[in-house]
Amino acid sequence: MINKGSKVLLEVKNLRASVDGVEILKGVDLTVRAGEVHAIMGINGSGKSTFSKVLAGHPDYAVTGGTATFAGKDLFALEPEERAKAGLFLAFQYPVEIPGVSNSAFLRLAYNTLQTERGLEELDPLEFEDLVQEKLKVVEMDPSFLSRSVNEGFSGGEKKRNEILQMAVLEPTLAILDETDSGLDIDALRIVAHGVNSLLTSENGVVMVTHYQRLLNYIVPDYVHVMDGGRIVRTGGKDLALELEARGYDWLRAAA
Amino acid sequence: MKLTKEQCFEQLLLGKAVKSNGWLERIRLDALKRAQALNFPSDRHDDWRFTDLSPLFQHGFQPVDSLVRLTLTDIEQFLIHGAIRLVFVDGCYADELSDLSHADSGVTVASLADRFGDSLVESSFGRYAPYQQDAFVALNTNFFEDGAWVHVAKEVTAPIHLLHVATRREAASAIYPRCMVVMESCSRATVVEDHVGLDDGIYFSNAVTEVVLKEQAQLQHVRVQREEKNAFHIGHCSVVAGKDTVYAATSLAFGARVSRHTLHVRQQAVGAEMRLDGLALVAGRQVADTHTLIDHAAPRGKSIQLHKCIADGSAHAIFSGKINVHIGAAGTDSIQSSRNLLLSDKAHIDTQPQLEIFNDDVSCKHGATIGQIDADALFFLKSRGLTDERARNLLTHAFAAEIIVKIPVPSLVESLSRTILERMTGERVSGARMGGVRV
Repeated sequence: MINKGSKVLLEVKNLRASVDGVEILKGVDLTVRAGEVHAIMGINGSGKSTFSKVLAGHPDYAVTGGTATFAGKDLFALEPEERAKAGLFLAFQYPVEIPGVSNSAFLRLAYNTLQTERGLEELDPLEFEDLVQEKLKVVEMDPSFLSRSVNEGFSGGEKKRNEILQMAVLEPTLAILDETDSGLDIDALRIVAHGVNSLLTSENGVVMVTHYQRLLNYIVPDYVHVMDGGRIVRTGGKDLALELEARGYDWLRAAA
Repeated sequence: MKLTKEQCFEQLLLGKAVKSNGWLERIRLDALKRAQALNFPSDRHDDWRFTDLSPLFQHGFQPVDSLVRLTLTDIEQFLIHGAIRLVFVDGCYADELSDLSHADSGVTVASLADRFGDSLVESSFGRYAPYQQDAFVALNTNFFEDGAWVHVAKEVTAPIHLLHVATRREAASAIYPRCMVVMESCSRATVVEDHVGLDDGIYFSNAVTEVVLKEQAQLQHVRVQREEKNAFHIGHCSVVAGKDTVYAATSLAFGARVSRHTLHVRQQAVGAEMRLDGLALVAGRQVADTHTLIDHAAPRGKSIQLHKCIADGSAHAIFSGKINVHIGAAGTDSIQSSRNLLLSDKAHIDTQPQLEIFNDDVSCKHGATIGQIDADALFFLKSRGLTDERARNLLTHAFAAEIIVKIPVPSLVESLSRTILERMTGERVSGARMGGVRV
């Protein structure tokens, strides 16, 4: 929901970034206010996934220019864990399997780390159990997933749901969903989208990075940005996504 | 004053002679003679070439000449609730710390010294551990004061905890823990052999264990080495597995400045199954060496081995796993896996799988991997708010946990989990602080 008067969560200006010395982002500008849902679309290699990883602080990517302010702080001065503590969340395109760490123990450790940061009480295992049972409903996950190792042996859809479960537990102010729709069948997509929608408030924001318009039928964006060649080349409303779906990306690339 | 290797050995030979009678006296004297002839292994010896024992040789280890009285409070952190417990302090039996109340009929757990008159002890003791070939086993066989005698005739549900405690003394001391486990036909038990130290003492623990499994017996043998950080530990365990037996070992090395554990399992009769899990976790300047030898000397044996090493700081971990399939051991099925985690640029891991197969019709597989903390997993955890250190510890703990969680004694799993975190972070960890890391 667009409210021009609401607080700015993230402000990115002229961001440049490279991986292995190759410049991928060539001047990205983006402003996200509380309550807004943004979609970043683009063909493979346009830089949209790089953008999400750079914001979360992935060590393989080097910021070579520009600024990003998140919650009033210089984002690039923060370590990945400090960004999380400041309220940033990245739902991974390829969630990592961590054998030997149970999902519930991991969730509680992450939750309590952020609680401490926020000056709130940590929850003991029993209290946390109550909380997490509620959150499981958001993504319609079976409680048995809690006792399994993080993402180990999960299907693609289960991994993505697990990412949204983490988002539900950690309650970030800004969630970046990196191709969360990829590899999902239509039922899983609906569940994941429903989960994200139920977490939206006027206080937080979401940036969805996606290749397809499909996800946007379920999570309706306030803004659609098209990325190409490491820049945002077009910004519009949700209709822009429909136009992309009908006409492909080529007409925009030619225009740019 | 630093000693030479020769002086160190001489000093050990000056240990306190333990008086025995009859059969045992003959074994002791024989062992002493062998020790004198064998001396410390040379670093050119194939079994010892990776292991730098020089920090051990610098000390003159004195025999233990007085009894240290401990209370249960002193050893509380190591206790396993509900276990049949024997406690040895610096190699001497501590009756007041032991608890045999959970031992019912069908199991005898006692001080070995009290049982030397027992013909069962006489017919098994000293027959399996190779004091003829191994100087450390020979020294133990001559100088051990007392030990654990475990005789199991049926299924025992309570774990049997053999706790060997080393104390801090003015002079560096040599102690000789000894265990003898006899599993009668169709018996079942879990034995936890636990080597611990108190108050940062410098000592040399030279331990020997012998295990016999008779037909269809099943033993879970957990061996924990969590000595003090300046201690030295050399252990040897010889196991003989009879027909259709199951021997499942978990060998853990966490402590000591330099440690070595040799585990030799011999499949004596048809159909025995051996599962060997191992974990060495070292940091600082620690050296931990695990040598295992599985002898498939009869048909249709099965062995499954998983050994893990984790090395941080400038530590050195060694794993040598040898599997011999003898002539006639048809239908042997063996899998060995060595997985290793290096946590620093200066740490060092040597892993050496060795297969010697003198038979057709066998299946033997082995593999070894070595790696560092997974960068993607680390970033994932940090992106959820965990500090770099916490994330690394969690991943390291998870790597170790695969070995630990299979131990069938929950309270031990928990206490070992804490020990792992303490060794990783170098500080005492309370139950509350480790919180979410528990698996």
